[in-house]
Amino acid sequence: MGGFLLRRCAGFAATLIAASAIVFLVMEVLPGNAAQVMLGPEAPAETVRALTQKLGLDRPPLARYLGWVEGMARGDLGESYAYATPAGDLVAQSLSLTLPLAALAMALNTALGLALGLYAAQHHNRPGDVAIMGMSQIGIALPTFWLAILLILLFAVELGWFPAGGFPGWGGGLWPGLRALILPAVALAAVQGAILARVTRAAALDVMREDFVRTALAKGLSRGAVLRRHVLRNAMIPIVTVLGLQFSNLLVLTIVVENVFSLPGLGHLILNAIANRDLVVVRDVVMLLAAMVVAVNFLVDLLYAAIDPRLSLRGP
Amino acid sequence: MPRTACVIAALALALLPAPAPAEEKKTTLVLGMVLEPPGLDPTSGAAAAIGEVTQYNIYEGLTRITAEGTLAPLLAESWTVSPDRRTYRFALRRGVRFQNGEPFTAADVKFSFARAAAPGSTNKEKAVFADIAAIDTPDPATVAITLTRADPNFLFSLGESTGVILEPKSADGDATHPIGTGPFQFESWVKGASITLAKWPGYRDAAAIGLERATFRIISDPAAQTAALLAGDVDAFPRFGALDSLKQFQGDARFTVTIGSTEGKTILAINNKRKPLDDVRVRRAIAAAIDRTAVIDGASNGMGVPIGSHYTPNDPFYIDLTGLSPYDPAKARALLAEAGVSLPLKLTLTLPPPPYARQGGQIVAAELAEIGVEARIETVEWAQWLDGVYKRKNYDLTMISHVEPRDLAIYANPDYYFQYDSAEFRAILDKVGAAADAGERGRWLEAAQRRLAEDQVNAFLYVLPQVTVAKKGVAGLWRNSPIFANDLAAVSWQ
Repeated sequence: MGGFLLRRCAGFAATLIAASAIVFLVMEVLPGNAAQVMLGPEAPAETVRALTQKLGLDRPPLARYLGWVEGMARGDLGESYAYATPAGDLVAQSLSLTLPLAALAMALNTALGLALGLYAAQHHNRPGDVAIMGMSQIGIALPTFWLAILLILLFAVELGWFPAGGFPGWGGGLWPGLRALILPAVALAAVQGAILARVTRAAALDVMREDFVRTALAKGLSRGAVLRRHVLRNAMIPIVTVLGLQFSNLLVLTIVVENVFSLPGLGHLILNAIANRDLVVVRDVVMLLAAMVVAVNFLVDLLYAAIDPRLSLRGP
Repeated sequence: MPRTACVIAALALALLPAPAPAEEKKTTLVLGMVLEPPGLDPTSGAAAAIGEVTQYNIYEGLTRITAEGTLAPLLAESWTVSPDRRTYRFALRRGVRFQNGEPFTAADVKFSFARAAAPGSTNKEKAVFADIAAIDTPDPATVAITLTRADPNFLFSLGESTGVILEPKSADGDATHPIGTGPFQFESWVKGASITLAKWPGYRDAAAIGLERATFRIISDPAAQTAALLAGDVDAFPRFGALDSLKQFQGDARFTVTIGSTEGKTILAINNKRKPLDDVRVRRAIAAAIDRTAVIDGASNGMGVPIGSHYTPNDPFYIDLTGLSPYDPAKARALLAEAGVSLPLKLTLTLPPPPYARQGGQIVAAELAEIGVEARIETVEWAQWLDGVYKRKNYDLTMISHVEPRDLAIYANPDYYFQYDSAEFRAILDKVGAAADAGERGRWLEAAQRRLAEDQVNAFLYVLPQVTVAKKGVAGLWRNSPIFANDLAAVSWQ
């Protein structure tokens, strides 16, 4: 177990270092300079030079990269060029939206995907199965942003149940904040849930063909109990794998959904930061995203062991 | 399954909005805005969005630019100008305080202007303040400013957001916590989402302010702008971006739509140093190939006033010069032949992100193809545009709107990205500055407009419209946009 953790941590660090180098290189290759973007086209060259110096953008690339990494190692997230505020505050503020949003979407996704998938497997080749598979086919084909716009038109503009976008923050209580996140979470979860339903159905059908299921049924266990106790548990490995991948996917999709709903989350933050060449914020957000993805993969590995004790943590 | 039905019914009830209480006259306003300001100090950042939030609300300058684009007193009650137009004497308004309680005096004016001119200053209009030779403060309510040379736009510049008066002790923190003398004070900023201002009770005329609280909601996506208005999340959207869905609001009794003008001179900028674009005949051919009406239809849904020079009908001494470069493809082809250009002429057309450029650029490219000019479209994001086109001047043609008011001076700079180098034009502009009276100044301003049109520095297309969609009952919003501001002091619910 100790060796496993050590290997994992080393992998974690290597991933972050690689990500930092790639991000820095890409931002370096991209034309454009934060000072010029901040000051706009009418600014005199001298003013741009002054700001470039103030931001330290005139130092050689290697020095800037090392300064970058060193700051990160010290836990100093730096200061955003564009907002002139600590980048850590910006990231924390957007996380207070993106984390609940991702959690809500993942919960909806899991509930929807598992329930529909198991139902379809149980009613294999019957009308319920056909209907669910048809719906999930449509769900997979739907572009998230389009679904988001449809949801806004129906539930915000026509029915007025939810706001059409924006986020009031958590200061005004749980409900106003949650209310603003429901439509985005549904838009995120619908497509992912459709995929998960198909995976769950296929995994469950595989297990249902096994001998032990037949035995369980033969000894008189109810269908429901067999499904819950034997089928689901054995079908969990592919499901958890897909869920882990879906989490990374979800983080990418929040960029689209946050834009459509004008939500000030992580996706919104990184999009603006890239447009503004706000290198410090781009770095921090990408590092955070990389860390989140690596952490989720780690969690998935742990879950494998919990689901199937035969899988050793010692690895290959 | 009655239990499921119960749960669903309970959920549905919980989701339904609570019935609205009987309404009194509303004193809060939610305004939509397209771009988030990067900080709230207009004297150190250049983004127009800073002024949209702060100008005349949080900060005030010595002068005010009115909704009609004219000049009015603000922190200066009156002023006199010396005959050589180099010395200005301002009588300041008395009894004014900053929102942190400090009194407003002549020393604050001196501080603010010196700060804008200082070596490390990132003021966008630094040149205006660098031209100040001396600031004298004979008493706390008088400021005398001497310029190194006459500047016809000096009083106008002082009314822009770059000329606002800051309080020395709080100035460095203004980007995140702005302090000014205006009727509204900063309350909160949810980064990426909204900025809220509240009425400042200490304002000299607080009783006349109709709003208690105003929130700027940042909504960049055009579809989201439409949805926010339709859902009632936003009360008014000045500089509304989703022009395609305007019909929907015009036909809806809940909304009023106004279409005014801005200072945004939309042009097809031409690299005057590149061959064969350095030949005025080629530039004239390009201008003659473009049908302004078609561009306005495609880029701004038919809204927008055609222009023939780098000047708008709102500006003083405007003359309509569209007649100098009418749509005439036959003439354009003849001009190209006369210039000895071998066809097809291959050029690049660089398009930044705004919809007017991306959509208008397609039309321009199609029209240029008609006269044998193959314009290859390159779409770029802002940072790329600023770097490639603006800084490195690595472009042939680009479509862009110059939103700064009264910015003829950019044509006097041969290093500006048009690379227009004309001693005659610079001489004309100097005469505008030195003109003794309005009549003479007008004559030279007309000459300047004409010179740019005749030299066909760029293809001058149209003035961007200012489209505002508001709920019925919101009164006092600016119809036109002479500068980037939302003067909330004048806004109220009817």
